Amino acid sequence: MRLSSGGDIFRDRPLTISFDGRDLGGFEGDTLASILVANGVRVCARSIYAGRPRGLMSSGSEEANVFVQVVSGAGEPMVRATEIEAYDGLVTESLASKGRLLDLPDTSRYDKRFIHVETLVVGGGRSGVAAAAEAARAGGRVLLVHDRATIARGEGVESVVGMGGLTILTRTTATGLHEHGYVVAVERRTDHLAVPPETWSRQRLWNIRANEIVLATGAHERPIAFAGNDVPGVMLAASAVDYVTRFGVRPGRRAVVFGCHDGVVDAARALAEAGVEIARVVDARPWAADEVKQGTEEGSLDVRAGVVIGTASLPDGTLSGAVIQARDGSVETVACDLLAVSGGWNPALQLLTHTGGRTRWADEAAAFVPSQRPQHVRVVGKASGEFAAALRPEPLFCVDGPGSDPADIFLDLQRDATLADLRRAVAAGMRSVEHVKRFTTISTAADQGRSSSVLTVGVLCQELGVPMTEGVTTTYRPPYTPLTFALLAGRDRGYLADPERVSPIQDWHVAHGAAFEDVGQWKRPWYFPAYDGESLHDAVARECAATRSSVGMMDASTLGKIEMYGPDVGEFLDRIYTNLMSTLAVGKVRYGVMAAVDGMVLDDGTVARLSDNRWILTTTTGNAAKVLDWLEEWLQTEWPDLDVRCTSVTEHWATVAVVGPRSREVVAAIAPGLDVSNEAFGFMEWRDAMVGDCAARVMRISFSGELAFEVNVDGWRGQALWEVIYEAGQPYGITPYGTETMHVLRAEKGYPIMGQDTDGTVIPQDLGMSWVVSKKKPDFVGKRSYSRADAAREGRKQLVGLIPSDGSSPLMEGAQLVETGVDLTRVPVPMVGHVTSAYDSVSLGSPFALALLADGANRHGEELQAVDELVGTRVRVTSPVPYDPEGARRDGN
Amino acid sequence: MNEPERLPNLPEFLWADAEPKSAYDVIIIGGGGHGLATAYYLAKNHGITNVAVLERGWLGGGNMARNTTIIRSNYLWDESAAIYEHSLKLWEGLEDDLGCEVLFSQRGVLNLAHNLGDVREAKRRVNANQLNGVDAEWLTTEEVRKLVPILNASDDVRYPVWGATFQPRAGIAKHDWVAWGYARGAHAMGVDIVQGCEVLDFVTDGNRVVGVETNRGRINAGRTALCAAGHSSGLAAKLGVRLPVQSHPLQALVSELLDQVLDTVVMSNTVHVYVSQAHKGELVMGAGIDSYIGYGQRGSFPVIEHQMAAAIELFPIFARAHVLRTWAGIVDVCPDASPIVGHLPLDNAFINCGWGTGGFKATPGVGWVYADTIAHDRPHELGEPFALTRFEHGSLIDEHGAAAVAH
Ligand SMILES: Cc1cc2nc3c(=O)[nH]c(=O)nc-3n(C[C@H](O)[C@H](O)[C@H](O)COP(=O)(O)OP(=O)(O)OC[C@H]3O[C@@H](n4cnc5c(N)ncnc54)[C@H](O)[C@@H]3O)c2cc1C
Repeated sequence: MRLSSGGDIFRDRPLTISFDGRDLGGFEGDTLASILVANGVRVCARSIYAGRPRGLMSSGSEEANVFVQVVSGAGEPMVRATEIEAYDGLVTESLASKGRLLDLPDTSRYDKRFIHVETLVVGGGRSGVAAAAEAARAGGRVLLVHDRATIARGEGVESVVGMGGLTILTRTTATGLHEHGYVVAVERRTDHLAVPPETWSRQRLWNIRANEIVLATGAHERPIAFAGNDVPGVMLAASAVDYVTRFGVRPGRRAVVFGCHDGVVDAARALAEAGVEIARVVDARPWAADEVKQGTEEGSLDVRAGVVIGTASLPDGTLSGAVIQARDGSVETVACDLLAVSGGWNPALQLLTHTGGRTRWADEAAAFVPSQRPQHVRVVGKASGEFAAALRPEPLFCVDGPGSDPADIFLDLQRDATLADLRRAVAAGMRSVEHVKRFTTISTAADQGRSSSVLTVGVLCQELGVPMTEGVTTTYRPPYTPLTFALLAGRDRGYLADPERVSPIQDWHVAHGAAFEDVGQWKRPWYFPAYDGESLHDAVARECAATRSSVGMMDASTLGKIEMYGPDVGEFLDRIYTNLMSTLAVGKVRYGVMAAVDGMVLDDGTVARLSDNRWILTTTTGNAAKVLDWLEEWLQTEWPDLDVRCTSVTEHWATVAVVGPRSREVVAAIAPGLDVSNEAFGFMEWRDAMVGDCAARVMRISFSGELAFEVNVDGWRGQALWEVIYEAGQPYGITPYGTETMHVLRAEKGYPIMGQDTDGTVIPQDLGMSWVVSKKKPDFVGKRSYSRADAAREGRKQLVGLIPSDGSSPLMEGAQLVETGVDLTRVPVPMVGHVTSAYDSVSLGSPFALALLADGANRHGEELQAVDELVGTRVRVTSPVPYDPEGARRDGN
Repeated sequence: MNEPERLPNLPEFLWADAEPKSAYDVIIIGGGGHGLATAYYLAKNHGITNVAVLERGWLGGGNMARNTTIIRSNYLWDESAAIYEHSLKLWEGLEDDLGCEVLFSQRGVLNLAHNLGDVREAKRRVNANQLNGVDAEWLTTEEVRKLVPILNASDDVRYPVWGATFQPRAGIAKHDWVAWGYARGAHAMGVDIVQGCEVLDFVTDGNRVVGVETNRGRINAGRTALCAAGHSSGLAAKLGVRLPVQSHPLQALVSELLDQVLDTVVMSNTVHVYVSQAHKGELVMGAGIDSYIGYGQRGSFPVIEHQMAAAIELFPIFARAHVLRTWAGIVDVCPDASPIVGHLPLDNAFINCGWGTGGFKATPGVGWVYADTIAHDRPHELGEPFALTRFEHGSLIDEHGAAAVAH
């Protein structure tokens, strides 16, 4: 019922919300919960398993009963009714402790901010505000975060709004305390608005780094468990008062107030002042006495020593009375519609324990208080637990009164878990609270165990007959309050989920209808259909034929490029590559393989020496970052004495490969000043050249076996270069091609793709590349592993070629190789290798594959079956270099 | 709307803690799933019951309590497929064997492919699985869509779904219940379960391990078997053995309970998502591994942020779900991402570790194999390829480079 005055609500701004289809009136400043109370809605939820009626048991983040789905606005599957600020048009549905995901697109935006401060104060209650004021006066940046709409103000509280150096974030909850003064907080920016400004993000994730963190997080009231303690009308005492003072609503007409500390009488007085008839105050402390205490002007308070052992309820399940056992054992039922309960206070120390802080049970406060604080963390106010001692509490967790059914004594309302469940756990042998919680599922629900966690420790100690000081709280885990997935994702959604990288020539590719392939983060042209609907197969056949017979061009800009500088680069590369690099002359290019410490092929590419101290190396497209990390790791951790700098220059350069017997003419045309003759510009050499007015570095490298040039220019001139080459190539029918054709061309030459034809189990020798493994170098990464027995073993898997025996059956990548004659139905079927790459080869006139095959080097000419989806295809093993094995095409004609 | 049902009841009695005796035939260090399963099979298969499981904290409170419970056997290499498939077969009979529920649910596991490379590796693995007698299928995008309607398998995503491998017999189980089920079985056969007992050092006689020093005193042992997961390298170092193992934090998280939206386990390596909806209704997700080494049981927050971005990319309907709780375990990873099972280079001393991000599923299988190894003081056929000595001769079993599927 709404009182005629009082509360922090705006009575001149009425609003209407919907709860389970009912329209309810309230005011701005209300929460959904206070509107439910104001409208006398007492049954607000059903319990998860037993289906028992449940009502609000709190006014804040302790709420364990009433969670709702918000259907209006941004939509929420499951939120505490006590934490929803009402707005006109809010639509909610009750839940039975299980959320419901809206199957509508989430159109809200979420963003993130990063901030550094000297002092972070968490909690804007009295002590938090005081701490923030003090820190701000001392100078430096101070951030105060507070989870409600307004920080503490009024009598005795310094007004800090507008104070220099102080930033205040309201509706902001610190949710995680991480290492090194790192705190994560969520700011709810629009959830309380009927019509949020379109440009606002819904929520914002704050990443805060602070020198000092002050936890002024307050305390949560602790319930007491007794039979029927889940009946609507049973509420935490301070919450009952909170409804009166904060919202001007009365949570009941006639109340019994029950607890075990001095604060209970204060709560009774506050309720009485709001017009609640106080039928009885029950003080459970052993030394309590029956007495009449000063109440309000209208009447006094009837305080009795005793405990509540049960509840009575109306047919609708709501509270009609409290069953009270007096000190002398007599039992009476006192009629009431509100049973306000307080078992003491739990300092809110969740954040403290996120990063190694600890708590201990303090008898005098009847609470877990901070015992070990993480570095830079201070706890003030109620969170420190000091206030609780002043209330002279006597801990009481659970009243198992005469005739009570332990299955009616609820320890975790949200999980429907009772004293009976806890006893079953103990009877099963469980002693640790961690086990008991897991056995009973207590404290695992959406309310994050706010009301059940310490209570359960208490009840467990009681059951086991051990003192609370032996009880241990669980380590709380972040987040302190549930965080929306989408908030954590922030802007990393849709096409921003992972940055899409494109070459500087991308616009041309798109304009010319290229099909794309994802290679790492890159979008690479896969093939270029010559007309709408040309198939991959046809396009690749066309591209291959054109390249082998005349000239093709490919965008190779995505290859990783790392520029290396320093006097020790040669030495460093000698240690990193399996082959010798330091002897490379300026002007030359060398192919190289990097191995991991286990000797397995890691990556490959080319190394060019630009000057004495300047080198550039290429990596495979997908591995560029990994290789740079790899180089840096060795440089920084193992060989800091080497004077070498590595710089990623992948995006600085655009690279166009001009490939095929006519490539020389094309390059001559675009770079008239460059002598492209074989004598002047040999294979594996590079030259500076001018393409028009653009400086270019041209390399004679081939990944196809054909005469080929790779032209490198400044990234931003990439597309211009591409167009110039395309123009110059027209007389020869120059044909742009993508990754698929590149793969076919290189496979026909038996050039492996690292990561496709290798898989972390392949040493260079397996690829027929013993020549790339230096015998002379004293050491290099991986060398030691080649002396292990397994590296020298006969029968290792080696790279081979495969041709279908019938000359036409398609071969499938990923097919497993099995000896002929083996029955595929008798598992396990021994496998001797697998197909790593498979293509239709125009040059060979048949399908063709590369494979890793046990003892493959010695099995050329033999037959096997390549098994895909349990179907075997006969294949003949060939050399992995079926095309131009002599390398006659390298220098063109 | 489906009415929530209570989980089935746990047995009336699980186990009672024991005071450590002065000597045992076998001491198992570490009361996680592996240690408990090993004790169970030592007693059950080999009649060795004078056994203690020593656990420094609370039973099953390490990675056993922290994993995302994905169970599958569709590993690439023969050696892996053999031991994981043995394990899966044991899972299939585990509830009967233990006489209690472990909520093993064969709801199938999907491994999504997002690019040509993924497809190639996936098909390779499916083919290998089929020939090894492990159930495996390749599903097209259309089939994936049917199986998991809430998955965004449209073209309009950063990394479209090109298809997936599917193992129908794979699934999840309830990790705590598995640990407790084994503890119960072992305890009933006479095994001592000792919690709050930390092994600090070993007692050796020449090259022979004869016991352990603990915070509760010295305990002699005929045989000593490590099952300490993330703490293995530190323990082995006390014996002078440098294990090729690195310990990293690995995080996971759950949402609130939600009405059922997901009936299978979905894993994507490229997009970094591992998700299932557990029995009660919460979404359970594994996040990425932190690349630094640590024992802190705390991971870094950006990993979680990244994980959520990936999750809603694949499952837009998850956008409004909430992260209720995050946590981390310490995973022990070998260079080849395969475990170590077998002898230490000392007499009467055994090692089981290196299961990294994926050892929950192996719990029954490795318990079986390890118990056999300890009982007979010789490698079990399924464990032999995973001997520590493989790092000397180089015959690695690289599931990392090859299949690159975690968990
Ligand atoms: C976040 C996460 C997700 C995962 N997801 C999956 C998954 O989906 N599927 C899967 O198959 N696997 C998964 N795993 C891996 C799996 O959890 C582990 O591989 C497996 O649990 C390890 O075996 P264990 O159960 O014996 O380890 P643990 O439970 O860690 O047991 C080791 C025990 O040894 C104890 N111990 C350590 N040192 C000592 C000492 N000195 N004295 C006494 N006791 C000691 C520890 O306290 C601990 O209880 C995941 C792991 C993590 C962390």
